[in-house]
Amino acid sequence: MDHRWRTSRHGVGWVLLLGLLAPLLLFLGSAPASAGEVPADTECTRSETTACLQARLPTGVEVPGIAITVTTPSGEEVTQVTDEAGITVFAVTEEGQYSVLLDTESFPEGVELRPDAATEITPTLAPGGQSFVTFNVRADDYTGAISWWDSLAQSAASGLRLGLLLALAAVGLSLIYGTTGLSSFSHAEQVTLGGMVAFMMVNWWGIPFLLAAVLTVAFCAFTGYFQDRVMWQPLRRRGLGLIQMLIVTIGLSLAMQYAFQVLVGAGNVRVISASPQTASFGPVTLTYQSFWAMGISVVVLSVVGFALLRTRLGRATRAVSDNPALAAASGIDVDRVIRLVWIIATGLAGLSGIMLALVLNGVKWDSGMQILLLLFAAVTLGGLGTAFGALVGAIVIGLVVELTPIFGLPGDLKYATALLILILLLMVRPQGILGKAERVG
Amino acid sequence: MSQDTTAYSADAVEPDTPAPGDERPENRIDRRKTVVLTVLGIAIVAVMWYVATSTDGPMARVFSGVLREAISPQTAAVAIAVVGLNIHFGFTGLLNIGQAGFMLLGAYGFAIALNEGAGLPLAVLVGLGASVAFALLLGVPTLKLRGDYLAIVTISAAEIVRYTGRLSQLTEYTGGSQGLPGSRYRGEFTDLSFFGDGRTTIGPWSYQNTGVDGWWARAVSWAVVLLVVIVVALLVRSPWGRLLRGIREDEDAIRSLGKNVYAVKMQALIIGGGLGALGGMLYVLPSSVQADQMGRQLTFFIWTALLLGGAATIFGPVLGAIIFFSVRILIRGVTNAYVPDSILNTQQTEQFSWVVVGVILMLLVIFRPQGILGNKRELQFNA
Repeated sequence: MDHRWRTSRHGVGWVLLLGLLAPLLLFLGSAPASAGEVPADTECTRSETTACLQARLPTGVEVPGIAITVTTPSGEEVTQVTDEAGITVFAVTEEGQYSVLLDTESFPEGVELRPDAATEITPTLAPGGQSFVTFNVRADDYTGAISWWDSLAQSAASGLRLGLLLALAAVGLSLIYGTTGLSSFSHAEQVTLGGMVAFMMVNWWGIPFLLAAVLTVAFCAFTGYFQDRVMWQPLRRRGLGLIQMLIVTIGLSLAMQYAFQVLVGAGNVRVISASPQTASFGPVTLTYQSFWAMGISVVVLSVVGFALLRTRLGRATRAVSDNPALAAASGIDVDRVIRLVWIIATGLAGLSGIMLALVLNGVKWDSGMQILLLLFAAVTLGGLGTAFGALVGAIVIGLVVELTPIFGLPGDLKYATALLILILLLMVRPQGILGKAERVG
Repeated sequence: MSQDTTAYSADAVEPDTPAPGDERPENRIDRRKTVVLTVLGIAIVAVMWYVATSTDGPMARVFSGVLREAISPQTAAVAIAVVGLNIHFGFTGLLNIGQAGFMLLGAYGFAIALNEGAGLPLAVLVGLGASVAFALLLGVPTLKLRGDYLAIVTISAAEIVRYTGRLSQLTEYTGGSQGLPGSRYRGEFTDLSFFGDGRTTIGPWSYQNTGVDGWWARAVSWAVVLLVVIVVALLVRSPWGRLLRGIREDEDAIRSLGKNVYAVKMQALIIGGGLGALGGMLYVLPSSVQADQMGRQLTFFIWTALLLGGAATIFGPVLGAIIFFSVRILIRGVTNAYVPDSILNTQQTEQFSWVVVGVILMLLVIFRPQGILGNKRELQFNA
């Protein structure tokens, strides 16, 4: 019995690993094709002597042909016009304060500067660095230029994207909660870790992105193995209370956040510095990377879902979630299941971190902390400890976050709305959308 | 369980047990521990004081920095919030991970009321009222559910408060993400000072008598800490306090005694949250109200201070807050003085000190979950 169990475990391990890696390999095959499409004027490669200065119009106002003039610290002027995506990138070589001037004369019909927006922005830049300036331009008749339905579609797509990426991390968080009862506050830092490690591999050690992504996922999964090996399993054996363990995760998250700052600095870093290319489907415009990220999430989540439902180990995991003592009594090695859950959960968080770093234009020491509560909201909304609930919850949360501004609420409140919905739902249905009523109280 | 038995045997007055709670071996150990810790504490402070005032090396600067941080008004303010959290978590077992939200609400209520022209007493009441309303709002839906729900709801609600405070639409009242500068609301508080002008220096502590961040702010803050500690000590020794511990240990047992567990939990949530709000008001007096300074990070610091000092103790929270802030300054100062810039520059030592704080928190909970003053027998709770 035990022997069969073990072989099956290896089988599932490989299936999951392949599931995690296969989409990235697919990505590898198609990468050169999309690289060839980069227009010459948006290309800027940072080096020891060159810095990139990207000037752009806000999302939603992708207007080509607007003239932007950069004055270098030594007084040299360069003028370029925005491309189809409303972006232009200057390759500069001097250190000091630049001036970026927007030529309002070059505006086409129907575009204007926001009332209190500046036409001149003065970033400071040094070779090897990069800077992004956004001019606060809007369409003349803002509501008329983009119909409400179009912006609804666009926001829904962004929401789905955010939801799918959150789901990768939330499913792991939910599996950990289900099997061990621990609400891991450091899970968000595992997400940041994915982006950070990918950044270091690509930008510091020059590893090609796709190889780096695969290695990052493997490394993140290893951190899960390592943590469970040296910390969580011994603590479980010693019978440390769940609240105490929760505080241990808070300590870990604090230490990781500041370790990121010591290593990488407090600023935003980008894994890939080239400007992303966009693609449009009807009213929806997203970067290619976003479409890839969504595709990869769907594939990986399906593999995880399949593994949970159909494989022996998946059933064992659900059994442990349901009742660890009973699971142990029926011959399931609970510690092994939990070890594997930690590996999968941190691996998924790492994958989510890499893709969030690509999609959201970079990663920062507190990127994870920003989404931590969204992850908890997703897990709770779906029903604490149910992996499929976490998936549903994450997508709901992603949509709520991105759709908030569409329904007239201030954009600054978009995370708050998600949390408010969580609190309201807990009042009516404390077990969550997919939770079982008897789990509560 | 063991607690119940000892209490029972003390009441029954067994022949070899003289006065209840005096000569039992564990109490002797507790008393010896208290003496040892007090002597140790005084010795550490004396050494730091001597080095800070009588020598002239890098450590003199480090130690005077530590001593200054130990009595800063913000340390006192956080100590009060920690005492509040101690009522929640230490005595009642409520998992409040949003104590900074209570602080922020108290600070906003206080500062906005002062800006709108209310007097100092009214402003304090407004701040406290805001926290009471917040506690009711959080408690009504969650106190009947399992412990982790309160945790998720408190941390989420605290974040909602922070996001709302930062809203640019509310800049007129809350100052948006820029915050409210202390100079706008501090006046009435500094006017109350009877310390006069000038500057007083005691050892490494040299501050203006009144000033923005002087002796007056320190004296008031620490006086409030003392007052709060006395009130809480009386509260938790009252029958009501025993009820709190009972709820922490076994909610169903208390319910079976005919007590209204829900109401008692709610009272604990309100009192602890009110102390949080009081801490928040003192926290912003010498500086400014800034939503981002009272976020999750601060909640985590409050938790660390509580566990460091010892949950379910009277002086633990205050000691924990002092040690938490001082030790960080110590780590930063020592790293700054002895690790060359090529390895860690000034900014990195600041960040490094936080990494150490995180690791200390982990090690502390793993190896000494009861904290410095805590009693391991009291800390068996598990939600």
